Amino acid sequence: MTVVHDNLEPTEAKMSATDVSVFYGDKKAIDSVSIDIPTEYVTAFIGPSGCGKSTFLRTLNRMNDTIPTARVEGMIELDGQDIYRSGMDVVQLRARVGMVFQKPNPFPKSIYDNIAYGPKIHGLAEGKDELDAIVEKSLKRAGLWEEVKDRLQDSGTALSGGQQQRLCIARAIAVDPEVILMDEPCSALDPIATAKIEELIAELNGRYAIVIVTHSMQQAARVSQRTAFFHLGKMVEYGRTSDIFTNPHEKRTQDYITGRYG
Amino acid sequence: MSPAILLLLALGLGLAGWLAARARAWTFRRESANGRLASLPTYHAWYVALWIVLPVLVFVALWGAIAPGLVSQSVLADPAAADLPVFGFERQTILNEARAVATGAAPAVFNPQAAALVEPYRDALSHYNLIGIAVTVLIAFLGGAYAFLRLRPDFAARTKVERIVMSILLGASLVAILTTIGILASLIFETVRFFGMVSPIDFLFGTHWGPDPMANPDNPDPSRYGAVPLFWGTLFIGAIIAMIVAIPLGLMSAIYLTQYANPRLRKWIKPALEILAGVPTVVYGYFAALTIAPAIRDIALKLGVTNPSTESALAAGLVMGVMIIPFVSSMADDSITAVPQAMRDGSLAMGATTSETIRRVLVPAALPGIVAGIMLAISRAIGETMIVVMAASTAANLSANPLDRMTTVTVQIVKMLTGEGSFDHPATLSAFALGFVLFLVTLGLNFIALSVVKRYREAYD
Ligand SMILES: Nc1ncnc2c1ncn2[C@@H]1O[C@H](COP(=O)(O)OP(=O)(O)O)[C@@H](O)[C@H]1O
Ligand SMILES: [Mg+2]
Repeated sequence: MTVVHDNLEPTEAKMSATDVSVFYGDKKAIDSVSIDIPTEYVTAFIGPSGCGKSTFLRTLNRMNDTIPTARVEGMIELDGQDIYRSGMDVVQLRARVGMVFQKPNPFPKSIYDNIAYGPKIHGLAEGKDELDAIVEKSLKRAGLWEEVKDRLQDSGTALSGGQQQRLCIARAIAVDPEVILMDEPCSALDPIATAKIEELIAELNGRYAIVIVTHSMQQAARVSQRTAFFHLGKMVEYGRTSDIFTNPHEKRTQDYITGRYG
Repeated sequence: MSPAILLLLALGLGLAGWLAARARAWTFRRESANGRLASLPTYHAWYVALWIVLPVLVFVALWGAIAPGLVSQSVLADPAAADLPVFGFERQTILNEARAVATGAAPAVFNPQAAALVEPYRDALSHYNLIGIAVTVLIAFLGGAYAFLRLRPDFAARTKVERIVMSILLGASLVAILTTIGILASLIFETVRFFGMVSPIDFLFGTHWGPDPMANPDNPDPSRYGAVPLFWGTLFIGAIIAMIVAIPLGLMSAIYLTQYANPRLRKWIKPALEILAGVPTVVYGYFAALTIAPAIRDIALKLGVTNPSTESALAAGLVMGVMIIPFVSSMADDSITAVPQAMRDGSLAMGATTSETIRRVLVPAALPGIVAGIMLAISRAIGETMIVVMAASTAANLSANPLDRMTTVTVQIVKMLTGEGSFDHPATLSAFALGFVLFLVTLGLNFIALSVVKRYREAYD
């Protein structure tokens, strides 16, 4: 039922979802979605609000487990292994599949401790020097190093909104994930900060498999190469971003991108 | 009895003014071109009623304070009072007796001298009663007339009433503040008197406490007024032993309730825990004295301690700790709950487990609130008396052994105030100095707690 464009280059799926449905209690929020997430391209999820983009994104690192009423059906694989199988270590999964939230949520700790948090709990660094190196590398990759290198001990919550969001990206990068999920990472930011994040996504592309949920079609067009359009819990259409925006096959996609609803 | 009559009178007059003003406002309304007033008729009514009742209330309060003086003055001016004893105490007894008979509070007099004064008393009372009523009516009338004459169709009675209500509320809050200031002033006054007899140095740094209320008050022995054992006992029981119990238990229960308990269980346990705070401390005292203290003694015996006492700092401190748990847990619960969900999600999404998230993110983020709760709990614990009296004795003892008897500041305050010493004996006055120290410490703790909470709130807004 999902229209998948037939002109796509073959890619290797870092993650792949097969017939995934999600329920909140009795209410079905995601209905039988199948999609492959490659590392080569940035994947964007678009669609009107409430259509289930966040819900589906959160199945990919099992964050739905933290919601007591949520239930997931179907199969999701990371490198060919089912992440919902019994015996799966959720802690390890979330270290491999990082997440950046809609509203920047740095911990009320120093900038340094925010970044060091993941490496510490996962035991990635032996000794202070190694930890320092990870912090520096992560901040550099997130494009924040020059701005904060002289005040690593200041509180992370004292940064500007855009800096906080890049701090959260750096925090996710610090545990060296394979996939990064971003749920409307720019919706709380001004245009300049948004541009910085988009630049950063372009730089991270290729190193990590990136999925970004966005309500802005321009943003999807700017940062992604693959786009999935969601509507009422279903994935309606999937293809190259340029094709989805210029040559959608489905009427609902067409209506959405021409602004007829949502 | 007479203030009650005056009050009823004031209310009656106020009601009359209310009705009259409303009727007046209705006529404005009928006569006006568009049938509208600047304020609703009830606001006119309240405006007039408040102008009647409030001045009368002020008068009644003042009158209640000065009328008895005026009455006894006029009784003393009576010839029958000429041969009253000059001594204050006897004289006052006779006057009180006459007064009691005159007002009907007592059936008859014992003292013949008082009998002669009953009639003058009765006369004076009814005389001043009449004056009181007359002035009340006059004030009510003046206030009512002033307000009534200001009523106009365009009169902003609504804003005026609003302003009066505001000043009533302000007055109410001033009562609490003024009372505190009054209490503090009397405390300071008596403390200064005490320090005139015993030097503050001896009091604050002396290590022996044993005031003798029977000793010559003019020449107190300063070496018996060293309060250090009391300060130590208070700290040891309230801030050390009790907190060793209350902090971990309170924190752990808050963490369980906020992070692990399912909502239905939480709905039960949280109020149950808070009920603990409402149990009268005497009940805890029984428990400490009858159950815990003997148990501790038995255990000490088994462990080979020779001659352990049935009263111990440990017993009092343990039970006090249990009493304080709700203070710690409820503040900790509130501040952990106040940490945004996004913080928790952020940590879980990094691959942290729930307990790592609690330890490394939630508790640190909630720490200011938790600390504030602990401060309030300590200030509550060091003000506690009953448990200590019942379980830790009243004997001052400077010792680090929790099995020893010990006493605290509050217990000694009670002991000194209820002791045999006369009121201006230094032993009695020492209670005020102790109270003053306690007041300062508690105030300091509350102040720190509040400012910590305030700073914490700002962090998330
Ligand atoms: N925790 C939850 N409990 C119950 N229903 C939820 C919960 N979260 C989301 N939903 C419902 O699931 C649907 C999809 O929500 P969401 O995934 O947040 O949409 P989107 O991110 O596309 O705006 C909505 O109808 C929403 O009301
Ligand atoms: Mg969403």
